[in-house]
Amino acid sequence: MQFNFNSTEPIYLQVADQIEEAIFTETFAEGEQIPSTTEISKEFHINPATVLKGMNILVDNQLIEKRRGVGMFVIASAQSRIVAKRRDQFYTDYVKKLVSEARKLHITQAELAQLIERGFSES
Amino acid sequence: MSIQVQAIQHAFHGQTVLDDLNLTIEPNKIYGLLGRNGAGKSTLLNIISSRIFANSGSVTMDDQPMQDNDSTLGKLYLMSEVNLYSERSRIKQLFHTTALFYGDFDFAYAAKLADSFGLDTNARFGKLSTGYRTICKLIIALCVPADYIFLDEPVLGLDANHRELFYQELIETYSDNPRTFVISTHLIEEVANLIEHVFVLDEHRLTLDGDVSDILTQAYTITGPATDVIAYTQGLNVIGEDHLGGITAHYVYGSLNDDRPLPDTVTVEHLDLQKLFVNLTNTKKEAATHVN
Repeated sequence: MQFNFNSTEPIYLQVADQIEEAIFTETFAEGEQIPSTTEISKEFHINPATVLKGMNILVDNQLIEKRRGVGMFVIASAQSRIVAKRRDQFYTDYVKKLVSEARKLHITQAELAQLIERGFSES
Repeated sequence: MSIQVQAIQHAFHGQTVLDDLNLTIEPNKIYGLLGRNGAGKSTLLNIISSRIFANSGSVTMDDQPMQDNDSTLGKLYLMSEVNLYSERSRIKQLFHTTALFYGDFDFAYAAKLADSFGLDTNARFGKLSTGYRTICKLIIALCVPADYIFLDEPVLGLDANHRELFYQELIETYSDNPRTFVISTHLIEEVANLIEHVFVLDEHRLTLDGDVSDILTQAYTITGPATDVIAYTQGLNVIGEDHLGGITAHYVYGSLNDDRPLPDTVTVEHLDLQKLFVNLTNTKKEAATHVN
């Protein structure tokens, strides 16, 4: 987990994003306990109230749940739901930007398709 | 239970230090008290803790005056820059003396902290280096059973490792036992995410008083070619500017004009707390040397 304190995004949103990313990459597996508010606060010198505000976004989105007296846990279906959400957003987040940049560089549709093929074969 | 500071006015030798100052300090919050050198931060903390008396105005805790009032003053502790301890006292004696004054003291936590910071509690206070004097005072401040802890320059003379350790211990003890901390410091970047609420003193007055995240959502940097930036920020609250070649940056505090179209050439970003502070508290002379 890391935070970019120069970023224009509020810290509590960065906390939510970073935990979501860790669930997505299965660093925090489904059903597992995630670090406590205090642990995250201490590690990154962030006010506990700010960390809690970030965590509450994930609770509202039903990605983590609070077990009283124990801590926060990743909900069973969390990872698959993040994948579904990101697939939905893939077109807007990546494809549209890719095409717009390609247009500015006068890369044709055929050339772009070739580059994508190359990307797949090389990775 | 909160502390109310009302209409405080104070002058030293005819020079105004604080002018009609009002603020509220609530329970269980971490505050940052920021200000330039000589802005009146220590004076304010000394007035709240009744170490000096203001020329006028009042400090109350839940409608009870705090001046010379043992029952309210026992609820707060001020760790100040000045060293009030006898040079010959051993550290562990200082712990016991504090316990006598405050009725209690967390000796176990003090021992743990002394061990983490590498402070020998058998040493005499006068033999300590600047950094270790600060550490000793910090340990006392964290172990005292008070609801309001004021830390005036808590990291003075501390190396980077010890500062890191202090911030971690502060969060740990705050999470275990929530109480109010007011931290006065010049190392703004190090506490920017740690504090929930910020007070900025400038020219003897309180220029900022609010939730840090709320304040930062209203602080912007507008960057781009000079003419476009000037056109976009006209009429907005521009608190500072920078120039580099043909590129101009205007720093704005307050809402932007949403009706105004944003030119492609201009980018809008948020400011961090330190940059906002610098621009808000720059004197005209310093601002002018910035423009080159």
